[in-house]
This record gives sequence, C-alpha cells and structure tokens, in this order.
Amino acid sequence: MTSQTIIDPPEDGHFRNGQASNGSAPSPTTLSIHLTINGRDHALDIEPRVTLLDALRERLHLTGTKKGCDHGQCGACTVHVDGERVLACLTLAAQVEGRSITTIEGLADEDGTLHAVQAAFLEQDAFQCGYCTPGQIMSAVACIREGHAGSDEEIREYMAGNLCRCGAYPHIVAAVRQAAEGLRS
Amino acid sequence: MRDFSYLRVDSVEAARNAAALPGAMLLAGGTTLIDLAKCGVAEPATVIDISYIEGLNAIDVTADRAVIGALAKMSHVADNAEVKSHFPAVSEALWQAASAQLRNMATIGGNLMQRTRCPYFRDPQNFPACNKREPGSGCSAIGGVTRGHAVLGTSEACIATYPGDLAIALVAFDAEVDLGERKLKVEDFFLAPGATAEREHDIRPGEVITAIEIPGSAAARRSTYLKVRDRQSYEFAAASAAVGLELEGDGRTIRDIRVAVGGVATKPWRAREVEDALKGKPLDEATVRKASELAMESAVDHGANHYKIALAPRVIARAILQLGETA
Repeated sequence: MTSQTIIDPPEDGHFRNGQASNGSAPSPTTLSIHLTINGRDHALDIEPRVTLLDALRERLHLTGTKKGCDHGQCGACTVHVDGERVLACLTLAAQVEGRSITTIEGLADEDGTLHAVQAAFLEQDAFQCGYCTPGQIMSAVACIREGHAGSDEEIREYMAGNLCRCGAYPHIVAAVRQAAEGLRS
Repeated sequence: MRDFSYLRVDSVEAARNAAALPGAMLLAGGTTLIDLAKCGVAEPATVIDISYIEGLNAIDVTADRAVIGALAKMSHVADNAEVKSHFPAVSEALWQAASAQLRNMATIGGNLMQRTRCPYFRDPQNFPACNKREPGSGCSAIGGVTRGHAVLGTSEACIATYPGDLAIALVAFDAEVDLGERKLKVEDFFLAPGATAEREHDIRPGEVITAIEIPGSAAARRSTYLKVRDRQSYEFAAASAAVGLELEGDGRTIRDIRVAVGGVATKPWRAREVEDALKGKPLDEATVRKASELAMESAVDHGANHYKIALAPRVIARAILQLGETA
C-alpha cells in the first residue's frame, strides 16, 4: 500500500480506500500491498476483505498453511507475524503490511535441515493425517519461544488452540516436550 | 464476507474522525470482527485499521494503578510481571481466555468491544430472528437450546451471555475505560440488553477507547480468577468468578472483598450482595457458601441453563476459599 492511505480523514465525506470521494458511498476497490513472507517481498493487488490465509494459499501458492474452520477455532492456519503466532484466517492481508511473516515453508534451513520442532514431530510420530501439522508446528515453535513449554500441563494449555481431529495429542505433547528440552540444552 | 473499504489511520484523532462515519467499524486485532463478517453478522462499509497507531500499547503498572493501552495485546498483559504481581486476577482472566494465537492478536480495547454473542446471533441464515442483529425481530434463543445462555440480567429481547473473561476481573476492581472526552466505570460501560439488545456498550459515534485504568488495592493484589468450563481449555466459562480478598490483622475477618461473575450474565456482573454479606464476617466455609448463594437471588433460567444457578455460587465460594488458603 502506498503511504497516501495513511491520512487524516476529512470531517465528513466518504472514503475510497484512503481517498476521500465526495457524495457517493464508499465502495471497495483494489489495494496494492507488499507482504514480507519468509524473508521475501511480495507485491499483491487484493480486495480489502482478503485474509492473510487466502493471500498465502490462493495468490502466493504457499499452501503449507492450512484452512480448517476459517473462523479462528482450529489453529490449522497458524503463522508467525513479527515472531508471534497468530491465525491467518482472522488476519486481513492489508493489516500485516510491513510486518515479518513466517509460514511453515520458512521454518527449515535453506539447505533443508529441519527445525528442531519439525524433527521432533517426525521422531515422535506426532500426526496421523497431517492436516493440522503445519499449524501445530508453527504454534509449538512459538510456544517454546514464549517459555510456555515447561511441563506437559503447560504445553497442553498453551497448545489448546490447535485441534487435531485424529487425536494425536499425546504424541504432539511428547514432540513439543522433546523439542523444548533440545532447544534449552 | 461482503467487501468493504479499508482505511488505515495513524493517530487517535484520525481514528475518532473515521469512526464517526456511517458504516465504519474499527479494526484492531480483528478476532471478533473478521469472524462476524464471515458469518454475515458484521457488514462494515469501511474498516478503519487502528492497529498501526503507535504508542497505544503501553502497559504501565504500579502498586497504585495499572494503565493499559487499548492496543496492548492480551498475551502481553497476561504475561506482564507487574500485572501478575499487583493484579493476579487480571492476568489469570486473560491467559484463560481464547487461545494463545487469539491472545497474540486481540487487544485490550478490542476485548472490551467484542460482541455479546450466542450461537443464534452468529447464524443469520438459519435464525433470522435476533434482536441484537435486527431490533424487533425477536429472539431465537428463548425457547431454543439455552445451555450456554445467561441467567442474570436477561430480558425478553435477549438472553445471550457476555462471553469475555477480562471484563469480569475489571468490574471486580472498579476499573475505568478511557474514551478520551469521557472516562466510564467498566461496569457502566457495559449495558444489559433491556429493550435495546443491539446496544451493548455506552459508546458514541466517534469515540475510541484509548486505555483502561485499574486502581490498585489490597484486594486486587490478593485476587484470583476461577473459570469452570465444559473442557479444560479454549472454552467459554460455564461459570467464572473474579474474587479479591483483604483480611483484618487477625487473619480471619474479612475487611474488603470483591466478587464478580462471568458465564452467567448478559454483562460483566458485580455481585455486591455477596460482598456486603461477607464484609466484617469471619472467613469460614459455611459463611462463604451461604453468602455466595446471594449472587443468584435474581436469577431466571430458560431450561437447559438451570445448572448455572447452582454452579455459580459454588465457583464463587471455591474462589474465595482458595484465596483464603493463600498467605
């Protein structure tokens, strides 16, 4: 988005995405935005209502981030914005312009070496169908970084926003515990 | 989701001007607004993104007072060491709310502005009648499935339960919401449905929450938030209680006590009957249990939510007794 969109609105009148237009009701128009995803800059023309999740999957073809409920209830779309885990389905793409976004595709090293949490999920067999797994892993990386992986009880509480319909929870807790211990030592 | 215009503002002044426009809605964390827009409940003409405004996310806490900026994230306030120390019930209410991801998105101001919502409110396609969405259209919940609905503060227009946790702790400790020109007690900021269920807050067009303020007290320092629910985490309260306690020097007589309940009322609900019955009384189980019953004196159930009338006093009593056991 261009800097003109950060403006002081007029006393009255309507907006057309940041530009006052007299008389007519505001009507949606396309926004031009830049998103920084996994260290790369992407330019996008989108409708204002487009969520970060849809921008990632439908426009940038980064399909590792999954759409589960699309209402913030399942955690499958968990990504990091400025290092903190958030839900891409309830985040407007326009709202994270200038922020640093990390998806599951950006977690492993350039040479393909898996992140400790990814390796732990493999070792502990912490999934069955795998659909929730990218969200679980992104959530677990942040959970450990926040310091909320000190016990199994704490891991269960702070991973509660990620549902697994296959019921792999005991293995997920084991994987988070293993990765947390590994990253501490 | 119907499309809308998007306007990003970089100052409170700009936000106030924009918020006064017809069809404008403020966007902070977006966790309620985007969800309700997807449900077809919220249909903003213009979304005013206030999340880029700088300087509104400070958390300033002393023993005397906490001032928390409207854009502070729920997770940051919950984990703040000074908040934990001086206002433990506030921290506990926050970390037991929603999920870690949602708490990283949702702001303190947005938390206060979340809609009081029930499953019928969120489903306009299947349940066109809802006085909150369409004043005068009726209430689909009355006569429907009411297990999660309120027993206090209801009206013939609406029985939706206020779903938040933070505000329960805020009303217990006399917090205020700063609207710029006005400061209101959080308790008065929230409106029971009455005949105008669509109006949940005492906020006027063009007003923007900039901060909340919580006065410090001995009761706030010795406080807790107990949340009982159908599953252990990531769930609304079946019944909850924010409680603060100050004892006399004898260590057993109650000098000051604060009680507010959640999960059972249409707005954050201060239980002054319980407080008045306990001030000056000894802290013993029989006295506490008897007084806690008073919170439900005006309760009215709608069938399946009858259990809340029995549950809430037990949650209040357990919270008080647990606090009594702490040094």
